Amino acid sequence: MIQAILKRLLGAVPAIIGVVIVTFVLTRALPGDPAAYFAGPAGSTEAIEEIRVKLGLDRSLPEQFVSYVGDLVRGDWGNSLTTGQPVLAEIADRLPASLELTLVGLLLAVVVAIPLGVLAATRPGSWIDHLCRGITTAGVSLPTFFTGLLLAYVFYFLLGWAPSPLGRLDPYATAPDFVTGFYLIDSLIAGDLETFASAAKQLILPAITLALFVLAPLARMTRASMLGVLSADFIRTARASGLRPTTVLFTYAFRNALLPVLTTLGMVFSFLLGSNVLVEKVFAWPGIGSFAIEALVASDYAPVQGFVLAMALLYVLLNLLIDVAYGLVDPRARLEA
Amino acid sequence: MNALSNPLLEVDRLAVEFRTRGGTVRALENVSLALAEGETVGLVGESGSGKSVLSFAAMGIQDAAARITAGAIRFAGQDLLAKKGAAMKALRGREMAMIFQNPRVALNPIRQVGRQIEDVLARHTDLLPAARRARAIECLAEVRIPDPERRYAAYPFELSGGMCQRVMIAIALACKPRLLIADEPTTGLDVTTQAAIMRLVRELSAERRMATLLITHDLGMAREYCDRIAVMHAGHIVEVGPTEALFAAPRHPYTERLIAATPVGAASLAELAAIDGNLPDLRRADLPACRFAERCPRRGAECERPLALAPAGASSATHLIACHRPLTAAATEARHAAFA
Repeated sequence: MIQAILKRLLGAVPAIIGVVIVTFVLTRALPGDPAAYFAGPAGSTEAIEEIRVKLGLDRSLPEQFVSYVGDLVRGDWGNSLTTGQPVLAEIADRLPASLELTLVGLLLAVVVAIPLGVLAATRPGSWIDHLCRGITTAGVSLPTFFTGLLLAYVFYFLLGWAPSPLGRLDPYATAPDFVTGFYLIDSLIAGDLETFASAAKQLILPAITLALFVLAPLARMTRASMLGVLSADFIRTARASGLRPTTVLFTYAFRNALLPVLTTLGMVFSFLLGSNVLVEKVFAWPGIGSFAIEALVASDYAPVQGFVLAMALLYVLLNLLIDVAYGLVDPRARLEA
Repeated sequence: MNALSNPLLEVDRLAVEFRTRGGTVRALENVSLALAEGETVGLVGESGSGKSVLSFAAMGIQDAAARITAGAIRFAGQDLLAKKGAAMKALRGREMAMIFQNPRVALNPIRQVGRQIEDVLARHTDLLPAARRARAIECLAEVRIPDPERRYAAYPFELSGGMCQRVMIAIALACKPRLLIADEPTTGLDVTTQAAIMRLVRELSAERRMATLLITHDLGMAREYCDRIAVMHAGHIVEVGPTEALFAAPRHPYTERLIAATPVGAASLAELAAIDGNLPDLRRADLPACRFAERCPRRGAECERPLALAPAGASSATHLIACHRPLTAAATEARHAAFA
């Protein structure tokens, strides 16, 4: 098993190399000149030129690439021009915020979508089936920035139930000591329930926004997959053996229906990391998405490259995780060493 | 009715309908069939004749769209149709069990086969987990699976089709049922495996004095393994009789055509007599009393009259037919003598 995982990780290396090359070329091909941007509107031609030399942008592209790769190998992802901080540190600082939001959103979606899909499949044509269809249609047709704004408007502005949509904690709370970077977990480790409550309150609206977005594909896939499995021959065998309906439904049908749902889960997780950018903007979430957008606007190469690379690594890990989970459910898909 | 005095399974004038968008399908009508303990009865007929509908109704696992509109099903004297869901489920898998065609897809693909046997044992017995496991391995051994301890942990995709069917049989027989319904158990298996599976079913049925209903469209197989045969056509049972009598002298024109359409020995496909026409559309409101009438070369005016299974002759109380213009025993016997 371990051997198989290592093998899979090694297999991802070419993809990562590809990502490094493509992001390097793409950032260089983008319009905009970082030297001009940082010299400011009043910067003279000499000042711009000076900055260009300082940044190494006067050298040829291959030269720049070689030094970039050399830095990467040494673990140096470059510095952000806007903040002056090392990119790796910035990403390490912001990634947990994005991951916490994404995972909580995903968890919410799973907790709602899977029972909904199962119920809709076991009672086709019932009110719950119609509810499922309604929610999935709404879920796919509402863009996240819109639901995010709507939720903030209703629950913060109109009702005042939610705190102001400004980041991960209210202004009076202090961040818990760093262990995992997830405030919900770190505050519990520190035994600080007040901070936990504050973090949870800040998290709830953006997490619901994301959950609404991924609910649709998950519920729909669960329903379709359950319907398919429930009409399978082996379900008839299970019924003919007199097995209890709960055994038939969970041990026999649901575990089999889970396989396409897992695949969908991996896919929507990737969507979420992408659509995070918008939600993070709406809720002023100090995550990796808003960081990358700001860097992109400023033609700040290093953070953009760092962001894409971090995402690529995350995708590789995610896919591996999904494959391992798949193997746990389905013996036919066990990873071969 | 049948001459069985004390049947184990008794289907009495059963009618089953399917409500579909295209109309009501009258899938079974006035179907009566009885099985005695230890007896093997073959249920034969074309695809779509209602063989599976009958067996699913007997097991209580019919499709949600199916309605039983008339008749009764009795098992060991108990009225199955009056049983509530839970009581029926307790019977199913313990007293009466079923095996299906295409065994590779009829088993849960992601559960170890031994565990699937254990699921049935857990449902119907009080065995503790360790004993359950031991009994599951024993069940695998009973269906002559070599190395049952190792096979316990196998998944269906790791086994051949024949092995999967043996596992199916092990699941069905785990609780020693009194009735086994085998729904085309050899469909999807290669020919050599078919014989092995049928021999296994026959041996196990004999060992346990288990009543067996063998559903098949293979007349040759029915002839070899069954004590009696019931012929179905378009939701009616048209002829029931002891195997030898029925093959020696089929009385219903449909049975006679069916036998003529069955390959024997090296007969080439071209020599086989196809049956003209198709099964009638069972959604029709104007279905004739005899649903074979429209395909029947012997059709006459009296075929419009209501029809029921009745003894084929004064001398044969066990040979029943539903036909107003049956073939005479002498005529068919002569023809079949020519074949043999």
